[in-house]
Amino acid sequence: MKSRGLFTRVALVLGLIFLYAPILSMVIFSFNNSRLVTVWDAVNSPTLKWYGVLMHNSQILGAAWLSIRIALVSATGAVILGTLAGMALARYGAFRGRMLLAGMTTAPIVMPEVITGLSLLLLFVALEQLIGWPHGVGAVTITLAHITFCMAYVTVVVQSRLTGFDESLEEAAMDLGARPVKVFFRITLPLILPAIASGWLLAFTLSWDDLVITQFVAGPGSSTLPMVIFSKVRFGVTPDINALATIMVLVVATGIAISTIWMRYREKRRERDLRLAAASNP
Amino acid sequence: MPAIDSAQAYARIAGVTKKFGDFAAVDNVSLDIRRGEIFCLLGGSGSGKTTLLRMLAGFETPTSGTIHIDGADMSTTPPYERPVNMMFQSYALFPHMSVERNVAFGLEQEGVSRERAKRQVAEILDMVKMGGFGARKPHQLSGGQRQRVALARALVKKPKLLLLDEPLAALDKKLREHTQFELISIQQRMGVTFIVVTHDQEEAMTLGTRLGVMNQGRIVQVGSPSDIYESPSNRFVADFIGSVNMFEGQVLQGGTDAVRIDCAELRGTVRAERTVACANGATVWTAIRPEKIGISRQQPGGADPAENLVRGTVREIAYMGDMSIYLVQIDSGKMMRVTLPNTMRGRERPIVREESVWLSWHGSSPVVLTE
Amino acid sequence: MRLSRAAGRRWVAGVPTFWLLLLFLIPFLIVFRISFSEVRLAIPPYTPLLTWHHSWWPSIELHGSAYSFLFTDSLYVSSYLYSVKVAAISTLLCLLIGYPMAYAIARSSPSSRSVLLMLIVLPFWTSFLLRVYAWIGLLKNNGVINNVLMYLGVIHHPLVMLQTDFAVYIGIVYSYLPFMILPLYANLEKHDPALLEAAADLGARPFRAFLRVTLPQSLAGIVAGSLLVFIPAVGEYVIPTLLGRTDQLMIGRVLSDEFFENRDWPVASAVAILILLLLVIPIMLFQRMQRRELEAAQ
Repeated sequence: MKSRGLFTRVALVLGLIFLYAPILSMVIFSFNNSRLVTVWDAVNSPTLKWYGVLMHNSQILGAAWLSIRIALVSATGAVILGTLAGMALARYGAFRGRMLLAGMTTAPIVMPEVITGLSLLLLFVALEQLIGWPHGVGAVTITLAHITFCMAYVTVVVQSRLTGFDESLEEAAMDLGARPVKVFFRITLPLILPAIASGWLLAFTLSWDDLVITQFVAGPGSSTLPMVIFSKVRFGVTPDINALATIMVLVVATGIAISTIWMRYREKRRERDLRLAAASNP
Repeated sequence: MPAIDSAQAYARIAGVTKKFGDFAAVDNVSLDIRRGEIFCLLGGSGSGKTTLLRMLAGFETPTSGTIHIDGADMSTTPPYERPVNMMFQSYALFPHMSVERNVAFGLEQEGVSRERAKRQVAEILDMVKMGGFGARKPHQLSGGQRQRVALARALVKKPKLLLLDEPLAALDKKLREHTQFELISIQQRMGVTFIVVTHDQEEAMTLGTRLGVMNQGRIVQVGSPSDIYESPSNRFVADFIGSVNMFEGQVLQGGTDAVRIDCAELRGTVRAERTVACANGATVWTAIRPEKIGISRQQPGGADPAENLVRGTVREIAYMGDMSIYLVQIDSGKMMRVTLPNTMRGRERPIVREESVWLSWHGSSPVVLTE
Repeated sequence: MRLSRAAGRRWVAGVPTFWLLLLFLIPFLIVFRISFSEVRLAIPPYTPLLTWHHSWWPSIELHGSAYSFLFTDSLYVSSYLYSVKVAAISTLLCLLIGYPMAYAIARSSPSSRSVLLMLIVLPFWTSFLLRVYAWIGLLKNNGVINNVLMYLGVIHHPLVMLQTDFAVYIGIVYSYLPFMILPLYANLEKHDPALLEAAADLGARPFRAFLRVTLPQSLAGIVAGSLLVFIPAVGEYVIPTLLGRTDQLMIGRVLSDEFFENRDWPVASAVAILILLLLVIPIMLFQRMQRRELEAAQ
């Protein structure tokens, strides 16, 4: 019994090392002075040289700004559409077109990106021929594509939150005189807000990170950050990318740390509430 | 105390059927609810009682039939426009709102002014003894407190009908008994008509002015608690409410003051002092409640030895504290259930297992059932 | 203005359905149609989808040339088979590494569980591209791993790891491991530990109890995790491009090259259709499992 517990535990630790070692190596070498990314220049390191180089790279900064704007719009669009789809799938039982909607919301999650990208571009080309819109590809088509594949993830998150949701809460609100639209805004929305928020973050990250689909639907002058990184690392390793990776890791880690502290705080408050409830029996 | 107006139906359910696909969850139910009463719908799971309640609330629409409340046809009225409120089994308190906001929610929808709403909320919270808890969130309350808030939230709108779905099911046994009486007293003070759905017969008996027993989508009997217990109208009700010893038999001799029935399983005759419309020779069932049977070592004297008397052997005795249950195997092999109150402490020579005994009952005890 | 309930529902379900029809389903039909067109030097570079021959009704001209081309050049068949092989081996490796990890998390105390799960998911929130890129620095001839091994004296000449199958396996396992662990954990976490105790009580040794009790019960998690790795891995583009061989391409890269380098859209579309044909059964299997999972939750 003991030995198996030991085996899986060792596997877990090794697995975590496997997951984090590459990230850690990027962080370490971002402070390396040498151009030869992986050879540690012990004399002149650590240095913030590459961060300085990064800050003056207008191509990367411009691409990052474009990526942020696309991700903001895409995540918001995906959250709206995904919440609607999640509501319909979780709540409306067997409606006409349910199978169609359910299929179309899970398929993009596993669909190889090259296929999604290719098909979206061919759609935009065909649309332009047919109705003269969109005029070429660029930020608009990237955003439309991102909304489409991100909403699938939001749908899953919202749908699973709603399936664990006590439907009598909505019935109670209706019973007390609230119309369906009001029920949604006063009861349903506030209660699924955490799921919607994590759906939004997920969509933002996916949009911010996407390369393959974006490459298909992007045009000249609309290079996103992943596209710029890809073209740089494809033809050789550059140390400023290490610096960029470190900044991104830092941002994510800060966000996670804040949310962990906040969750800890909420849990503590919750425990206190439970004690309060137990003390005030009956 | 509000007068129960027995002449006029306050809510009238007429020929209501609800089908889910081919399955009729509620099957042609007609029911009149009187103003000011507590009407209990009693039935097992899948009996259709909850579906009927949800149709009254407006969450389900009847496949056919009509529902009138205080004279108004409710068939097409959505739940948010009905003069009806519901207390949910899960209580359905909005977890993101304080107790006060929960209770005020219904008033806000009516457009009641802030001050008036505040006053009404305070009043109703006082009434359910939750006066000091207005600022708390639902998860900061115990089960019993949540139940009161749910009640207050439904009552504050002064509905014509208050629907309660298993109102006490989530409470523990001690609290349940206490809350039953509190519910009755609140109902009497407010004068609101209650319709309670429950699967718990004890709860139904205690709460209900009248009971409607449901089985497979139909109402099988309506009556006062004692009517239903003492005079069940069919085998389902007799068996469902309390426990009962049931024997099949043939009518030997009908009559105006008593019926005599030949029961093969008893190897004897049951004489029931009831008037039942039945022909001689017809197959009927006779039901005898366990507490209405006497148990003794000697053959009880005075009685006709061929009537309302049977010999058996005690197989099991379960001591329940306030009473004891005896399982007696009678000579035909059938088991009978007899309960005796433990009125005296330390009886001298209690009846023990494997002892042979006589079971007897008075002619007023058996109920004769034709269906 | 007041919407009726039924009309409200139509909008809620209708808007996302319309969106996905337009931007997900119809695009596939267009891919399918173009795969039956011929390449030509024009913008766009394929014969028109519909042609009007002196009639009101458009006619559709179908050409099978793109498909017949795929089977005449061995490049396509071999990269097709190579992709399946790489995806299958990577999925197996993911399972072998991920299962013990998921098991260990499911058996740990509830408080450490959430921390461990977060550690598994965390890399996912940082850039996928940069995490793959990090492996270049580790696997290169003068990369970190070779430097460390040579410093320790284990090897004297650097191992060639980059641009090999090995590097691609590492890259895929590394990127997709969380997708294997999460469904496995979700499954294993629900197991009742009393079942293993019962098996032990009935005389089964731990390993046997695992084989007979835990493993069969976790089959749904194994299938879900494997599908989540296998399906996207078949069409993987970034990992083989950055880490993989140059003499043997994966099918996703072939599609992209046909499209961007050769500008042969009909052939690229035909490749896409063939990838889909390969994946249609796994994708439908995944959808069925997903649906059942959600229905069970309801």
